[in-house]
Amino acid sequence: MSTMGTPTLTSPTRLEAAAPRPLWHVILVRPETMTLVLLIAAIVFASQLSPYFLDIGYILRSFTLSAEFAIVALVLTMVIIAGEIDLSPAANMALSACLFAWAQASGFPIPIAVAIGLLAGLATGVLNAFMIIALQLPSIIVTIGTLTLCRGLAQLIAGDKSIRVPDWFIGIDKVLVLGVPMPVVIFVVAALVLGLTLASTIFGRQIYQIGTNEVAARYAGIRTRRIKLVLFLLMGLVAAVAGMMTASRLGSVRYDLGLGGELQMVLMAMLGGTYIFGGRGTILGTFLAAWLLVVVSTGMTVANLLPAIQLTVLGVLLIVAIIATNFIYSRTQR
Amino acid sequence: MLKKSMMVLAASLALSTGAFAKDKIDIVFIGKNTGNPYFDSLTKGFVDACQKIACNFEFVAPATAEATSQIPFIEAQVQRGVDVIAISPNSPDALNQVFDAARAKGITILTVNGDITGNEPHRDATILPTDFTKVGADQVEMVGSLIGYEGEIAILSATTEAPDQNFWIQGMNEALKDPKYAKMKLVATVYGDDQPEKSTTEMEALLSNYPNLKGVIAPTTVGVAAAAQVVQSRGVAEQVKVTGLGLPSEMRDFIKDGTVKAFQLWSPYNEGWLAAHFSVDLKNGTVKNEVGATFDVPNLGTITINKGNSINTQASLTTFNAENIDEFNF
Repeated sequence: MSTMGTPTLTSPTRLEAAAPRPLWHVILVRPETMTLVLLIAAIVFASQLSPYFLDIGYILRSFTLSAEFAIVALVLTMVIIAGEIDLSPAANMALSACLFAWAQASGFPIPIAVAIGLLAGLATGVLNAFMIIALQLPSIIVTIGTLTLCRGLAQLIAGDKSIRVPDWFIGIDKVLVLGVPMPVVIFVVAALVLGLTLASTIFGRQIYQIGTNEVAARYAGIRTRRIKLVLFLLMGLVAAVAGMMTASRLGSVRYDLGLGGELQMVLMAMLGGTYIFGGRGTILGTFLAAWLLVVVSTGMTVANLLPAIQLTVLGVLLIVAIIATNFIYSRTQR
Repeated sequence: MLKKSMMVLAASLALSTGAFAKDKIDIVFIGKNTGNPYFDSLTKGFVDACQKIACNFEFVAPATAEATSQIPFIEAQVQRGVDVIAISPNSPDALNQVFDAARAKGITILTVNGDITGNEPHRDATILPTDFTKVGADQVEMVGSLIGYEGEIAILSATTEAPDQNFWIQGMNEALKDPKYAKMKLVATVYGDDQPEKSTTEMEALLSNYPNLKGVIAPTTVGVAAAAQVVQSRGVAEQVKVTGLGLPSEMRDFIKDGTVKAFQLWSPYNEGWLAAHFSVDLKNGTVKNEVGATFDVPNLGTITINKGNSINTQASLTTFNAENIDEFNF
């Protein structure tokens, strides 16, 4: 844009609140831009760190290790934009996967075992939705509760032992579509579908409105409770699918499957510029952030860096992202 | 930028193939987790061996000993194109798929210091410090001799899934059926996850929950040190005898002040030393990975590959007590 000239920036009129934001500003000064810049920087840095890093096959293979979390993080992004949070999905993954594995190991036909797994995920979603929407309890407390409950139930079902899954069910990450592992394909498709839904449907706009001001949204005629119900149910269902994908990748299931995954999911949403208090964020941001996390951790692992260094770098990255996101939002949406 | 990096990649590939030409093989050892002193000694065995014979060695480990935490590390080593991955597995089956993928690329997988019991076909060979089938019984005999074969005992283990731990605990349970131990009663098996804080908490809980406890077996170096620390600070070393598998360097003070009378272990150093020699011999073709094959390792003598491609560094556990503790420095 031609309005990019510096005089506009330095002139005193810039200080007046009414000045409209130039188009380049709207397009470029966004949290996703920061995520993209960090992603490119990470790729450049990682390929300097180790000569073994820059191999697209390896990066895709590494992404499959986090793909299940990344898929759930996409839905989580929508939940956070709607002003809520869900910390139960990783535990829900374990519960669904354990129930599925237990069901097929005790002789149920596979379609029924899959249905049982999916229903378990959905049930957790229903439980969350009931307590958050009907009982009006804070979602952070509710979902910490269901997180613990799901882990407990998973351990009751599976005990301390692993449950094998049938041989033909193993290896979703080895299925390639045009050279791309299946979990990555699912992630990209899910990101496209959810991204379009959020950005260009009425349902999507309503999610933003709920997160910005729930009371105002309700007075504007938006069925806030119904939309939140849909989001929590979707969360439960997607977590169950992710749990079974993990089972297929590992070949066995244990109660501690995906342990601590909820933090990674929240990390992906935050790194992608989703605002923790709701109303702001995009699927594109979370999509980029998932790749950023994989590139950063893979780059350091293949360079044989100590886990302590890796944790430090990830911590710094998150803090930088949060400061930048808040700064950008406070600058652009006063 | 991309193009430049690809050139760097190509150049380094050329370099690494150059390294192969010199017949120096690349060995990496993936530990259970970082900050576990046991592996320092094991790693030193590798390092010392690779200073003498034709290998390059690196040690890596995840931050936590969780079942799947080693997977990205195995993937990374496959990508680096190492020749041998030696690993102390955190899970008996979660690593099967990635092991298969690595072996498909011609990488030798050696499980060291713990095996993937029940999934042996997914690795090439295992290097165990001693005959693990005897560890459980040896430990029960040890605690029995300390408490006069009478009273309540408990086990303080590492993680609930650790294959070696569970195998030994199973062995202890079986040994306890022997009429010789009829007056001993196993009252609890608790898990400290190989973390000093959690092990300490679990040990404190054992003392509170079982006031008549006479002995504790902690078949893990982190656990036995934490347990010894607890009975020392509470001043109950006479009532509750702590034993298990420990490192002489960590247990020396407890032995000297009488907190612990005796404990057992093998030499983790020799495991690393043997694994490095076996790797090099295997890649040079001087030994075949077949049951019954033998090879010579300096300081350890002639080693035989036993059933299940299992290799032991010593015949039975070494017992450490006040008399011999100063002879060991690992």
